[in-house]
Amino acid sequence: MLDAAPTEENLLEVNNIEVIYNHVILVLKGVSLNVPKGGITALLGGNGAGKTTTLKSISNLLRSERGEVTKGSISYRGERIQDLAPSDLVKKGVIQVMEGRHCFEHLTVEENLLTGAYTRKASRGDIDADLQLVYSYFPRLKERRRSQAGYTSGGEQQMVAIGRALMSRPETILLDEPSMGLAPQLVEEIFNIVKSLNEKEGATFLLAEQNTNVALRFAHYGYILESGRVVMDGPAQSLRENPDVKEFYLGMSDEGRKSFRDVRSYRRRKRWLS
Amino acid sequence: MPEQLVYAMEVFLNGLMAGVLYALVALGFVLIYKASGIFNYAQGVMALFAALTLVGIMEGQVPFAHLINAAFGTDIHHFGWHVPALLAILLTMVVMIGLAWLVNYFVFRHLVSQEPIILFMATIGLAYFLEGVGDIMWGADIKKLDVGLPQGINEAIDEFTFGVFDYGFFIDNLDIVATVIAALLVASLIIFAQYTKQGRAMRAVADDHQAALSVGISLNYIWVMVWSLAGFVALVAGIVWGTKSGVQFSLSLIALKALPVLMLGGFTSIPGAIVGGLIIGVGEKLFEFSIGPLIGGATENWFAYVLALLFLVFRPQGLFGEKIIERV
Repeated sequence: MLDAAPTEENLLEVNNIEVIYNHVILVLKGVSLNVPKGGITALLGGNGAGKTTTLKSISNLLRSERGEVTKGSISYRGERIQDLAPSDLVKKGVIQVMEGRHCFEHLTVEENLLTGAYTRKASRGDIDADLQLVYSYFPRLKERRRSQAGYTSGGEQQMVAIGRALMSRPETILLDEPSMGLAPQLVEEIFNIVKSLNEKEGATFLLAEQNTNVALRFAHYGYILESGRVVMDGPAQSLRENPDVKEFYLGMSDEGRKSFRDVRSYRRRKRWLS
Repeated sequence: MPEQLVYAMEVFLNGLMAGVLYALVALGFVLIYKASGIFNYAQGVMALFAALTLVGIMEGQVPFAHLINAAFGTDIHHFGWHVPALLAILLTMVVMIGLAWLVNYFVFRHLVSQEPIILFMATIGLAYFLEGVGDIMWGADIKKLDVGLPQGINEAIDEFTFGVFDYGFFIDNLDIVATVIAALLVASLIIFAQYTKQGRAMRAVADDHQAALSVGISLNYIWVMVWSLAGFVALVAGIVWGTKSGVQFSLSLIALKALPVLMLGGFTSIPGAIVGGLIIGVGEKLFEFSIGPLIGGATENWFAYVLALLFLVFRPQGLFGEKIIERV
């Protein structure tokens, strides 16, 4: 599946960041990662591992949730971006698609998409052309363009959210949990679109996912987070074959697929980095 | 035509006019609510504040005169000039924009992603604060506001109806002007909210703060804009009501009349505010005219609220309000 090769150049570098919410809750305890231009990088891990927080500290949505990066640095194209407002980041080409879609439910599908172009000073023609581009990737949205986003299905809302981000002509898309609450078939569809956006439009993705199986099939490189730390990273291929990843995240071991109960008890005995 | 019917028609027309005035206040509420999801309790006080400021500027009053005099032992009250109405209105608008910026800077900026009820509580605080500031700044006495809006009976309608029904209708010129102003205001607000980029961003912010941030909409900018617009609507309402009944504390209570209007029309609908206003205006006047004498009158005080109560029971989203969408 690794047709589109990520380049050597790192677009985004996260260096040993620590994030604290409400001045007391330490969520990230030193996360470092690199996102190469043109690649799909996956951020994996269970609930509360810190995936969303990592994405939000990059896009700087953290501040509106009373979170703060207290240590470490985040840079984009070699430039420090920690103190930039989310709108400045969008102008620089970094946009986040939030977990749980977050469509503007009272706006129509098309209006939702248009809000994505808010920061651009493009002509009407350019924006219309981009709208058509988004519709070409998500034909379903074209059919539903006049419906209120709140009344569309979960899969369509995910498409709206991704399409809305595309309207900002981003270079890097931070995609948070695109599979959440979707049927397996739709998950596959969404990931295929992500892949073709990566290949055809050259969009770089940083993808947070709990669905390790799907994410590792589509990503080029993966980081595994556990309680606020990166515990393992490597090319997607090698992560897929790693026995520990198989055991912990894919629910498989040499003896074949285990029942969930066994996986949990095993996990209690064996810990990362201990 | 029977006399009673002619009277009823006059009452109906006057009700429509009164309704427009209610709608004008209700509009301010709807606007802010649609744009930021905040129910702005302070809208009425903002109308009072705008009217006070307008009179103060026109009369060349020294703001905070009592405070200054008390602190420095001086005795100044007036600058001694008079500002023409149009210029004064512009200056007042500048003050209202400044107010919008301050409100955002000191209050709402810190409340991003909070529950609507928290934002609502903040506007209650704002209302009391603004009420006090208005008093200290411009004094608490009743003032007369005259920006040159025509007042008094409309001769043309009087003569026309006299010719037709043998009975001249009393329609106040001010009410007619208010109707025109309200219509223009609504049309421009709808066009702004529905068809412009900033209007769309404003509605986006109302739906979801975080998502709006994530696509690069600056909440600070939108909120200052929204509060400035609310200030503008408050100013228009303040001018019309102030001209009608003088600028005094009770002006801020017209906000209470706007509540039933909103319940009827729906909190999220601009046309709803208009239609709701008209229904309440006409309804309370006709009710007072027809039923009032039978039960001792003064029904105008409660009619609107009873009507609103009925709506809350049978159609909580109002006539035009958006259905509440909840998806899980």
